[in-house]
Amino acid sequence: MTPLLDVSGLTKRYGSRIGCRDVSLDLIPGEVLGIVGESGSGKTTGLNCIASHLSPDAGRITYRGHDLIAMPEPERRRLMRAEWAFVHQNPADGLRMNVTAGGNVGERLMESGARHYGNIRGAASAWLERVEIDPARIDDRPTTFSGGMRQRLQIARALVTNPRIVLMDEPTGGLDVSVQARLLDLLKKLVHDMGLAAIVVTHDMGVVRLMADRLIVMKDGQVVEQGLTDQVLDDPQDAYSQLLVSSVLPV
Amino acid sequence: MSDYNFAYLDEPTKRMIRRALLKALAIPGYQVPFASREMPMPYGWGPGGVPVAAALLTPDATLKVIAQGAAATTNAVSIRRFFAKVADVATTTRTEDATVIQTRHRIPETPLTEGQILVYQVPIPEPLRFLEPRETETRRMHALEDYGLMHVKLYEDIARHGHVATAYAYPLRVAGRYVMDPSPIPKFDNPKMTMDAIQLFGAGREARIYAIPPHTETVSLDFEDHPFEPGRAPHTCALCGAEHTYLDEVVTDDKGGRMFVCSDTDYCEQRRAAGFVGTKAAA
Repeated sequence: MTPLLDVSGLTKRYGSRIGCRDVSLDLIPGEVLGIVGESGSGKTTGLNCIASHLSPDAGRITYRGHDLIAMPEPERRRLMRAEWAFVHQNPADGLRMNVTAGGNVGERLMESGARHYGNIRGAASAWLERVEIDPARIDDRPTTFSGGMRQRLQIARALVTNPRIVLMDEPTGGLDVSVQARLLDLLKKLVHDMGLAAIVVTHDMGVVRLMADRLIVMKDGQVVEQGLTDQVLDDPQDAYSQLLVSSVLPV
Repeated sequence: MSDYNFAYLDEPTKRMIRRALLKALAIPGYQVPFASREMPMPYGWGPGGVPVAAALLTPDATLKVIAQGAAATTNAVSIRRFFAKVADVATTTRTEDATVIQTRHRIPETPLTEGQILVYQVPIPEPLRFLEPRETETRRMHALEDYGLMHVKLYEDIARHGHVATAYAYPLRVAGRYVMDPSPIPKFDNPKMTMDAIQLFGAGREARIYAIPPHTETVSLDFEDHPFEPGRAPHTCALCGAEHTYLDEVVTDDKGGRMFVCSDTDYCEQRRAAGFVGTKAAA
């Protein structure tokens, strides 16, 4: 199958320091790719480069035949607005905290040209329900929501435009374990139902075990191992992967 | 005449402002940065509109200044006196006699004609300011025509109040491209902004100039199921009986007495001179 997203040789330096070096990966439609590694291993830098939040120093990013790096910004924004979604670790980064829940979800629709108030509100309400937020809270601001609700609201906002691809940076970071588990169930269900391709960056082995089809292990800005999730987790080949897998605390 | 250069500003400054004005007219609705000067008046009293007017005035110009629709308010009187002193130009309160009209908060009721120039005093030129505080980001949004956020504000209004509660500085899209802030005029005046005269906007503190050329299409932003409505108090003018003008509410005593009168005093006077009478007109 032709990949939806094809990244090759992605390199990003911060001055003399290396963010990530020579990262290559591809993503086929409907597939969930996990990127794991310790803090500072370049996972988030790589993800931000792919999402065009950072401009890489070298490498190519091809999405459905379009070269994203060479593409002019207006065109790239339009494409990404329609077909991409990003879920931040901290919901406050992905939400407008002083805008109501309905406005937050509706903004993505209005950005892509929706101009019918009733329809926008209807879609927002349906999505709140889908992410298990009481639609009666559509006119409440995210500041009045709990951490888990905010994260679910962010997911509703990201997915309301029916994207093809969603990038997630530690989507369960900072949530307590039971909330994490429910959020993961929800995410897994949405990704499956919508046939989304997803990249999940995390340091939590449990998250990738549950969600990811394939896994990339990064260390010091480089990919040290990749393969099917079960394969990497059950039979890690690289010394660092072995360390990472064995250092999960048993419950 | 005074010892000032004609119209207060020095010639190179006026030339710099005229360049910005030409650029603004060439790109309707786009905020052109200019080297704003310190003016002999506090911010909020016209240091954006005054330099624009100064750059436009010629010795044969006739100037009208209005504040909140009236020609007799402090701001209008002081700016009119200022130009009478430093430029020695003729001043008027009659809309049709003026060649340059400086205004804050209103567009005259009398339709403007070709050859007239309307100069607005603008406190905040950026329509996205209170939605996105980062100037770097708003500039990028303008450049990429990324105006979804503007509709979020209207959405929030409807969600909270049942209708778009923005009553002044109502955002509009100019020539199908830039979204601009019309300065704090009531939204009643928005439909007038496609007109025969040139409209120039000067923001002194923010150092921005923008413009709407004559006959340019302007569209007030709205939703399909909540179309734009120019609001107006549902009364008639107590002095001239007008039913189609923008009205001010005036408290007349401390027993709840009030009356509604035209905010455009010049228009109201001309109607009364032509024989129109309202309910409370003095005999």
